[in-house]
Amino acid sequence: MKIREIALDGVVRQNPTLKLVLGTCPTLAVTTVAFDSFGMGLAVTFVLICSNIIISLLRNVIPDKVRIPAFIMIIATFVTIVEMVIKKFVPDLYSSLGNFLALIVVNCIILGRAEGFASQNPVGYSALDGLFMGLGFTLALTTMGIFREVLAKGSIFGVTLWDANVFSISFFGTSAGAFLTYGLFIAVFNVAYNAVDRKSRHKLAARLANEEVA
Amino acid sequence: MDIIGIIIAGLFSQNFVLVQFLGICPFLGVSKKIDNAVGMGLAVTFVMVITCLVTYPLYQYVLVPLGLDYLQIIVFILVIASLVQMLEMILKKFMPGLYSAMGIYLPLVTTNCAIMGVAKIITDATVYTNIGTAVMYGLFSGLGFTLAIVLLAGMREKLDKLNLPKALRGFPITLIVACFMAMAFSVFSLVKF
Repeated sequence: MKIREIALDGVVRQNPTLKLVLGTCPTLAVTTVAFDSFGMGLAVTFVLICSNIIISLLRNVIPDKVRIPAFIMIIATFVTIVEMVIKKFVPDLYSSLGNFLALIVVNCIILGRAEGFASQNPVGYSALDGLFMGLGFTLALTTMGIFREVLAKGSIFGVTLWDANVFSISFFGTSAGAFLTYGLFIAVFNVAYNAVDRKSRHKLAARLANEEVA
Repeated sequence: MDIIGIIIAGLFSQNFVLVQFLGICPFLGVSKKIDNAVGMGLAVTFVMVITCLVTYPLYQYVLVPLGLDYLQIIVFILVIASLVQMLEMILKKFMPGLYSAMGIYLPLVTTNCAIMGVAKIITDATVYTNIGTAVMYGLFSGLGFTLAIVLLAGMREKLDKLNLPKALRGFPITLIVACFMAMAFSVFSLVKF
């Protein structure tokens, strides 16, 4: 039961990108193409899972006063590992993500989960929380990446859908387009979320009323 | 890189927030009122200049000669975190006026990508050949950040008075306003020196 709660929280109810609006810098910067967004999402997910596990294991060892610097050092270690691995095996992704790979270290989602979840919960749950928060981030980023790539370049994950000379809105590839896309995504997500939320509350109220009658 | 080029790049054409997407979290989070935006902008500018002063020599004269440049991320974040903590203590003790203006924003600056970003940029880019240009770049990037956040705060104070559709209130309309600002700032990238 608790696993279902963690999954729902990470992907929908507390989606780090669309609901909490954390980790906004990479969201705006790397979503010009779908592949970069997906790669960024996976890198953050990996760091999130690893740092959550280590911080959860050490939660009774780290003194309360120096916990933030300790968390930051643990996160920085994993970010360095990710940077080295991507530089070696996926050099294209490394050059297109640029500085934003190193900047995962100051991504508020990771420190937020370390402070808010991993430092108070057992290892298994913390790892799952990292996984689902990372998935929520990856999903949001990849959808935005697909949206912007299709509109600006007429392709999806680098596969051409139609000739970009025939139809393309290059505005969505620029920095202004990034802000607009993100704003629209949050608005649409909120509308959809509120609609579903209201529906489920109506259902609950109807069921309670039925039980009362019975 | 000459000084006018650095000024134009920092303030407009390479604006940290609107063009390079660094420091978006405080840009969206602390821009509800102009006073808060000014405080945040000052704190970021101040820390940026000091970060450039410390990280540039540390990287060029300690990490690179020792072959430890792969420790860049870990060393920089440690330096920035302790620097901010130290600044907070010094300001509190010796400059209470300045502390009350920007003190509460200082802890937030540690996890601001703009600070880590400026440290990465001045050490990785080859154009900043000495500490003078590096610090100038830090100063004007910070001022560019202040400019963007204060402009946005001014517009958000006006936006609060409008009757917007419920779905657009808060972050969505802020991002759409930022979109128009980014369009305006991108014009400066056509300026060549």
